[in-house]
Parts: sequence; structure tokens; C-alpha cells
Amino acid sequence: MKLSDTVLKYEEQVALALRELYGSHGYAPFRMSRFEEYDLYVRNKSFLVSDSVITFTDTDGKLMALKPDVTLSIVKNCRPAKGAQEKVYYNENVFRVSRGTHAFREIGQTGLECIGDLDVFALSEVLTLAAESLALIDAEYVLDLSHLGVVGAAIDALGVDGECRTGLLAALGEKNPHGVRALLNGAGATGPAADAFLALLTAEGAPKAVLPRLFTAFAGNEAATAALSELEAVLSALGEGTRVRLDFSVVHDMHYYSGIVFRGFVPRVSAGILAGGQYDRLVRKLGRASGAVGFAVYLDLLEERTPRREGLDCDVFLLYGEDDAPAAVREAALALRRDGARVRTGSALPEGLRCGRILTVKEAR
Amino acid sequence: MSMLNVALPKGRLGERVLSLFEEAGFSCPAIHEPGRRLVFENPEVGVRYFWVKPSDVSIYVERGAADIGVAGRDILLEYKPDVYELFDLGIGKCRMAVAAPVGFRDDRDRTLRVATKFGAIAKAYYASLGREIDMIHLNGSIELAPLLGLSDVIVDIVETGSTLRENNLEVVEEIVPISARLIANKAAYKFKGEAIGRILSALAEKEG
Repeated sequence: MKLSDTVLKYEEQVALALRELYGSHGYAPFRMSRFEEYDLYVRNKSFLVSDSVITFTDTDGKLMALKPDVTLSIVKNCRPAKGAQEKVYYNENVFRVSRGTHAFREIGQTGLECIGDLDVFALSEVLTLAAESLALIDAEYVLDLSHLGVVGAAIDALGVDGECRTGLLAALGEKNPHGVRALLNGAGATGPAADAFLALLTAEGAPKAVLPRLFTAFAGNEAATAALSELEAVLSALGEGTRVRLDFSVVHDMHYYSGIVFRGFVPRVSAGILAGGQYDRLVRKLGRASGAVGFAVYLDLLEERTPRREGLDCDVFLLYGEDDAPAAVREAALALRRDGARVRTGSALPEGLRCGRILTVKEAR
Repeated sequence: MSMLNVALPKGRLGERVLSLFEEAGFSCPAIHEPGRRLVFENPEVGVRYFWVKPSDVSIYVERGAADIGVAGRDILLEYKPDVYELFDLGIGKCRMAVAAPVGFRDDRDRTLRVATKFGAIAKAYYASLGREIDMIHLNGSIELAPLLGLSDVIVDIVETGSTLRENNLEVVEEIVPISARLIANKAAYKFKGEAIGRILSALAEKEG
């Protein structure tokens, strides 16, 4: 069976191409149930994009949830051997509240997870796959990369309290210089640590240009320098031509994520279409000793790139009457389809139908 | 050249923002012509302006219909759009405050009745104080609520305070200072970064 491109929707074509890409790197498909025990999400609520979950009671009285997230289910079920990695990909629908409409939506999502003992190559391979996923959608993609080790060390060096930390992270995510300055002034944070944090805020662009500036800004901050060195190692393992930019406004929840985090953009889509990172802390919270890295591609956003259908609903509308024998209608339609036409049959023309020609059975013969 | 789509807030603030942008090199003669058009563009400098209701600017920008826009910090705090907040324009300055009838004494033994347009800001503020409130959401003439006994206090924007004074109300607590911010769609920032950068540096230069 071969399907033509006109049968597959754009999102479906991308999903298939992504499956092929991940499969070619030895990632195994991971199917899961639509339901999961609600308890899993309650314990890890802030890992979820939105904390509203659709719940129902199962036949045995257990409170269940329609999956709002895929990663938690995968981590729960993967137990890689020591020193090894489990590599899986998925193509699933999740149920979560969308930002714009504040209502539940079913969202198609494809992605992969690499769980186990991670090294520089494993991290760079996932980053490369994220870049290639975006390139499949549009060659002009941008992949923003940050390292939460750098961000964490930059904030630690300021010696500010919890509330100020949260505020600084949010302002960093907004690229909000006036907000950062107000918070630093309010906390009385000045000197090299404050300057270094401001350097992080404005550090964006090609890694080769940005990294040296950051090494200078964070000279003397051991933890930040170590994280920058890891970032440099991962970047040097990437292929030529990968459109990765450093941008420290990519801030995921630091209770779950550590290490590299990234977000991908493509032209003509108004929000980040790919998001991912290293979530060792989540894996450890769930009682595993290993690390993990992965990402998701939000296929529903591709709708913004899909042109509205302007063509015909069918090429021929075959109109039959009471006098036409069913066998004659079938024969006439078959003959037209054999010539390549898309044929719709009916005894009356539906309102608003866009068809190339209207034929009676007699005319069709 | 791809056009930079700019959402301007209708009204006095928007007019001032427009002149700031024009001084920064993004002029648009068409926007000064009388008429009922909604969209104005100047292909020569690659800019397209449109006027929208101030509280809608962040929606246009978050959804990518506008690449950048200017919104008050009140709107950003209330709706929390997923956008970059790049610059404090330092205009449209005012404050979000709690106001009450002159001489009002808060009885901590009762639930505080709060009338406001800014439900999320009021909720977050009183949650931070651990205070239980009865929120009354109104769409306008907020000052009327305590006068008629509908609420104990109001949470609203205070500019000069003259409306409050005329109605025998006064500010009892300041929540947060407000000013106009330049915001950008996150994806547009990646693909039209050069044009956005030009506006930013022109604005920063002006600020000096």
C-alpha cells in the first residue's frame, strides 16, 4: 500500500518523517495507555506544563487521569541496566489545558527520551536529533540552548533568598533587563556576581561568540565554569551547520531539570514547537539512580503552517435519481474513479459542496 | 524585507509610543492620515502598525499576529502572556494600588470584599498576605463599588489620584508600580531579531 502526499495531512507527514528519523538512530517505539494513575501526576505536579488534569474513577475505585504528559509514564517504566541507556520515541496524544483558551485540548505530541547513564555523546546526539527534527519542518529553524547548571550557579553566587531566585528566573525567561535590575537592587546584590548575571541575560547568539564572553564573566565561579565547559563539550560534538544558538532565557523548572535545556522554533509558527532538556532530578525523584534527556515536538502547532484547503471537495458529484439502478450508479462511479477522479455520489447536492462537475448517471455513462 | 508587525495600544499612550518608534526610524506617514483604516504600513522601513485595545496587545503578540507591541505592566501581570518583556519605556507611569474610603479601617476578623478589574493581580497580592478575600469582578467604574457598599476596598490603577480624591477615596497600599513595556513574540524574536534589535537600541539610545 502506498499513500500519496495528498492523503496525508501535513502533521501526519511530519510525524512519519520524525518516526523514521528516530528509528534510524535505534530509538524504539513506546506505546502507552491513555490512562495513568492520578497519583503519578499529583506527586510531580510542577513538572507538567499545566497542572489541570482530567480524572475519573476506575472500576476498582482508583483515581485515574487522562495522560497530560508522556515523559513521566516513560520514566516510570524504563529501567536501564547500569552503564547503559534506554532509548525510546513516542507519538501520543496528551490532554491538557491550552494556554490561550483555558480549556482542555487533545494535543498530538512526538518526541524521544534517552534514559540511563548519560555522557557528552548521548547529550549531543539528542541535541542533534532535536535539530534534525526541526530541519525536517523548516531548514530555517532556530534551536535555543541553555544550561541550568550555569543559571543555577549564577543565582547561587548572588546569595539571594528563595523569592528573589524565583523572580530572577522568571525575569531571565522574559529577557527582562529592567526586572532583573530591580530585583538585584532590591536584594542589594552588586559586584561581579550581579554583573555576571546581567551578562547571562544578554548572552544570546552563536556559541562561538557567546561562550568566551561567559567564561570571562564567570571566571572564579567554579560551578558555572564547570557547567560552561560541559556546554562547550556538547556543542563541539554537534555536526557542522547545526543552527544552535545560546539563549539563557530557556528556563525549565529547576526542581526537575538540570544540565542542558533547549527550545526550538520554526518560521510561521508563533510559539516554540520543540522543547526538551536534561531532567536528571525528575528521574532521581522517581527513585532511579540514572539521568535522562529528551524532547517533545508539539505537532498541533504545525496547523499554523498548513494552508487552508482551497481546492475542491471532490472532482465529480455523481447525482442519481430513483430511476437509476444501484448497480448502474456503482458502475458509473467506478469508471470515473478509474480515470483518476475523486467521485462523490448522492441523490441531492449537499449545500456548500465544492465539486468540479455535477454529472447524472446517464451523463457519466 | 519582511515586515515588522507592531501592535499599538489605542489612546494617549499609543500616540506617545508611536512617536517614540517614529523617532527611532520606524516612521509611517499613512498612520497620520484621517480615515477609518485599521492597518498602516510603510514598506520602505519595513513596518506595519495597527491599533488595538490596550488589554488586547499581549494577545496579539503572544499569538504572533503582532511581532512586537507595547503593553502596560498591569496587563502583563494580569494575563501572564508567554512573551519577552524587552524594555521599560518609562512612559504611562502609574501604580496598581488598593484604595478605600477615607478613614477605612481593615477588620481582620472579616473577609475583605475587593472590587477590581484585575482579578489575578488582586488574588496573588492577597494570597501573599494570607488574607481571605471575596473578589468582585467589575469591568469599569470600580470606584463606585465602595461608595455603594458593594466592596470594602478596590484594587485598581492609580495615576494622579484625582478620581479617588473626588470620590472621597484614598490609596491605602501600593501593590506594584506600572509603566509601558515593549514586548515581543518569542518566535518573532528569533526570525525578526535584527529589526527588533534596531528598535531596542534606538529606544535605549534615546533613554541615554
